[in-house]
Amino acid sequence: MPDARPDPLIAFRNVSRSYGEGEAQVRALDNVSLTINAGEFVAIMGPSGSGKSTAMNIIGCLDRPSTGEYLFKGIPVQGLDQNRRALLRRHALGFVFQGFNLLARQSALENVELPLIYKGLPRAQRVAAARLALHKVGLEGREGHDPSQLSGGQQQRVAIARALAGGPSVLLADEPTGNLDSARSHEIMRLLQALNRDEGITVVMVTHEEDIAAYAKRLLVFTDGHLTRDEPVLERA
Amino acid sequence: MLWDAVQLAFTAIVRNKLRSFLTVLGVVIGVAAVIAMVTVGAGSSAQVSASVERLGTNVLVIRPGRVRMGPPSGESAPRFKLKDAEALAELSVVGFVAPQASSSYSVVAGNANTSTQVTGSTADYLTVQNWAMALGRSFEPGEEAAGTAVCVLGQTVRKTLFGSSDPLGETIRVRGLACQVIGVLSSRGAGSFGQDQDDLVLMPIKTLHRRLQGETDVTSIQVALRKSVASEDGIRAVQTLLRERREIAIGQADNFSVTDMKDFNQLLSGVNSVMSGLLSAVAAVSLLVGGIGIMNIMLVSVTERTREIGVRLAIGALEWQVLSQFLIEAVALSLFGGIVGIIFGLTMAYVAAIFLEVPFIVDGRIVAVAFLFSALVGIVFGFFPARRAARLNPIEALRHE
Repeated sequence: MPDARPDPLIAFRNVSRSYGEGEAQVRALDNVSLTINAGEFVAIMGPSGSGKSTAMNIIGCLDRPSTGEYLFKGIPVQGLDQNRRALLRRHALGFVFQGFNLLARQSALENVELPLIYKGLPRAQRVAAARLALHKVGLEGREGHDPSQLSGGQQQRVAIARALAGGPSVLLADEPTGNLDSARSHEIMRLLQALNRDEGITVVMVTHEEDIAAYAKRLLVFTDGHLTRDEPVLERA
Repeated sequence: MLWDAVQLAFTAIVRNKLRSFLTVLGVVIGVAAVIAMVTVGAGSSAQVSASVERLGTNVLVIRPGRVRMGPPSGESAPRFKLKDAEALAELSVVGFVAPQASSSYSVVAGNANTSTQVTGSTADYLTVQNWAMALGRSFEPGEEAAGTAVCVLGQTVRKTLFGSSDPLGETIRVRGLACQVIGVLSSRGAGSFGQDQDDLVLMPIKTLHRRLQGETDVTSIQVALRKSVASEDGIRAVQTLLRERREIAIGQADNFSVTDMKDFNQLLSGVNSVMSGLLSAVAAVSLLVGGIGIMNIMLVSVTERTREIGVRLAIGALEWQVLSQFLIEAVALSLFGGIVGIIFGLTMAYVAAIFLEVPFIVDGRIVAVAFLFSALVGIVFGFFPARRAARLNPIEALRHE
């Protein structure tokens, strides 16, 4: 009997990822299975070396499982080469990094346009989409500023706009508040929360701070390459 | 995408003007050297072929000795005499004969004096040389036969001695010989080897022999063949006659040389090919060095921008897109070098053309070739760094400090 439900957005089936060979082999992920559905806001936590970054890289199609299956929207990613995974990232994934990673000496607008250039959009459409994305993150009026003219919080907003510009299904945020002070961190988290709530964008975020993770709806905890906790986040009191 | 990459590349070049310039210096030198030498070469060979054309294509130059061209050797062979020229004029293949002798004398007119080449010949000299009169007339047969003291001035001598006044009918003194000016030659400018062809006084050869040199040797004989005669046939006829007159036994080598303009052109093109061979070597070496410079700086750039490449790959850049970005940067750099080199080379050629008094002729093709070649250097030497960038692992690139 065919399954009537749509494929989950993200599905790990017995995913393992190991590095190195023989004696020196390290198992970063060991037989992990999980699913994430569209519209979720997931926080991933764990000490360093727990496998959370590896899981994030695999979810982001930057890395492939050594064994097991990773299905993204039902597509088996483990069988895709570098370029096919790049196409997948281009069309369905948005990345936000701890260090912002904006291109220096290019304006906020140009930074946001970058993924659209790779998509091959004509200039007028690119500019319109980039302006809209900057508007969504509350940076209208700062399109022409260089990263060096923006505060850390504003730079991270530009990075979020860049991740949003291509209309992704998933926003992947790797320690998005790691370089920000507390007040800016909470601003960024409220923005991500609003994007998840209002735009229906799935957010998957790695963090090591409890109060940041508390913005998510679901918490995954990794320990020694295993998924050790998977639980809903309770509304904050 | 392409245009964005080009813009990006040029922004990077402008931002780092000094570094970019030093990077492409090798390309600049290579391209400038080629452009300058080719342009000067084109100017001088245009001048040479113009003077060859003036001389006419069916002209033979006959000299004693076996030397074909270049500086005189110590080898001594019997000189020609006027009788030889007269005998040559009898040949059916020969149209005009101009025996020639010359010496350097000081020439005085009024208060002005100059030292110049005094050439003795016949009126046929002007026909053979295809040289027109500017003023007055040339020698008449009677004057030639009698060795009358008349002369025709080259433009340089006319200017030195008479300035802007009319020299016709005036008398000049050539080492004590009073000589009437009957004509002035048209200007010819610099010759094939840069000498001033207008710096001469022309007089009947008998006048020079009897009244100045006191000997009857003929330095060289120029012969214009009749139009219908092939130069090989002409040369053979001339050689046969001269061997007979000089009593050269069968099997013995000539003690004179007969050169036609084809030989002259061959000599010139030989010189040209040696020059262009050297030039290509210089260009190849400096383009190689320039290419390595570009490769080096592109490798530095790839390392410096590893995180940027990581971001680009993460947000969905394909390998070829990163590859082409860095390739375009390398090509933009080398083209920048090429353009600077072309401008620099043309400037040097222009200055050289003024000093060497040759025409400044820009060959559009060589400029285009230099341009394309510098682009090629960018592609060849930019490929390896660009491929390295494109093949970076995005995870490691993003972690790069």
